Amino acid sequence: MRAVLAAVALTATGLAGCATDPGPATTAATGNDGPTGTVVVLAAASLTEPFTRLASEVEATNPGLTVVLSFAGSSALAQQALAGAPADVLVTASEATMEPVLAADVVAGEPVVVATNELTIAVPPGNPGHVRGAGDLADGDLAVALCAPQVPCGALARDVLAADGVAAAPDTLEQDVKAVLAKVRLGEVDAGVVYRSDVVAAGDAVEHVDLPAGGVAPTRYPMAVLAGAPNPDGAEAFAGAVRSMQGREALSAAGFGPADAVP
Amino acid sequence: MPLLLSVPAAVAVAFLLLPLLALLVRAPWRSLPGLLADPLVVEALRLSLLTATLATGVCLLLGVPLAWVLARTELPGRRLLRALVTVPLVLPPVVGGVALLLLLGRRGLLGGPLLDTFGVSLPFTTTAVVLAEAFVAMPFLVVSVEGALRTADRRFEDAAATLGADRLTAFRRVTLPMVAPGVAAGAVLCFARALGEFGATITFAGSFPGVTRTMPLAVYLALETDPEAAVALSLVLLGVSVLVLLALRRRWTGAV
Repeated sequence: MRAVLAAVALTATGLAGCATDPGPATTAATGNDGPTGTVVVLAAASLTEPFTRLASEVEATNPGLTVVLSFAGSSALAQQALAGAPADVLVTASEATMEPVLAADVVAGEPVVVATNELTIAVPPGNPGHVRGAGDLADGDLAVALCAPQVPCGALARDVLAADGVAAAPDTLEQDVKAVLAKVRLGEVDAGVVYRSDVVAAGDAVEHVDLPAGGVAPTRYPMAVLAGAPNPDGAEAFAGAVRSMQGREALSAAGFGPADAVP
Repeated sequence: MPLLLSVPAAVAVAFLLLPLLALLVRAPWRSLPGLLADPLVVEALRLSLLTATLATGVCLLLGVPLAWVLARTELPGRRLLRALVTVPLVLPPVVGGVALLLLLGRRGLLGGPLLDTFGVSLPFTTTAVVLAEAFVAMPFLVVSVEGALRTADRRFEDAAATLGADRLTAFRRVTLPMVAPGVAAGAVLCFARALGEFGATITFAGSFPGVTRTMPLAVYLALETDPEAAVALSLVLLGVSVLVLLALRRRWTGAV
């Protein structure tokens, strides 16, 4: 039944070409059967820009459907999903944060990876600390901000820096990647390790210096439709849009890598 | 008791106490000793006690004289001054942290010249934690001490003056001993507020184990990966709060 709904939703949004589960029902549906009501999407904060764009596109192609986006840290979102938040779609910034949600069996079907994200070094405009590469993060004279290893961006930074053979000398281990970016934007640190998408979102407020991944896989963003979704049709419509060519373009423009990226 | 008063009162009691009860019920009592012996926890607790004590010291040194100026002088505009210095009381602490960064950060109004001239950078240091805590806590002390000064009998100070004491001597030998309970209560409130400080600290001072990561920051971070540890840390803070309440009991619980 769900596959049928998915196909209907995708056809209605004109995105059937990207349906992952082509079935006999792909030919069904007319514009009048499109999803309506409100669809609630819990998404990692780093997806703010591309998802906001996609949401208005989904609303434009589905008159009567309202997309409500709730952005927050992935762990917090996972907790909300576990606590039974009345949401339809969950997208986290790492597979590890999706894990407890999967274990609790509150997801409908398998989650799909929709994007990847690499780390990069953000520096204030003009690069006052003359940061040239990963090695400078070990310089005790430079003010350096990383995410705490307890959160996904920090765990990834730890692995990447270890692979690069850099013993980083951070001055602060922030709670989330946006806090690291804020410290860079304010010029309080000479360098901060953030996601590529954060640098794109920051525009002219920061510059960036490449951080070699050292063979460490980028973080992957799994998307799941929740089993208790109050609006499964709407959920599939939004999920379909994320997987569509339009969705990929929006994510790519925002600095995200393709879902099938390899290190 | 009229129902219209007793029912909301009972709801208020439940609302204030049930969350704390939940904390006690869900506490990982069995693994608690192990969690509390974790060096990271010990470090955060040590840092919290140290910075809250230093912040209280700063508040006493600067806040008591300010309270005296507000209560005992005819300084023009002191009503406006009183309103202004209590702003941090109602300001969201994160905003306080941003304001501190804009003043004392590396590119701040004062912080910039400080870095260029003396090579001193405040953010990400323990000093920054003390400053952030003092910023949000000092109004508590000022309000408390000023209130004590207003209710204290001024005739004793007048008598000291007629006996030849100058104003500083009268303040030191007469006024201060008279308002000592008010100063103590203010200091305890100030300490409690400093101990719980989160927003201004994480914004202005950052978070690094042993340097700037105080207990509330450790609780928030622990929630990400280890909710049990977060509950254990919260219990420690709750314990300290109860101690603070005991220290204040004569003033607030009416047991004179």
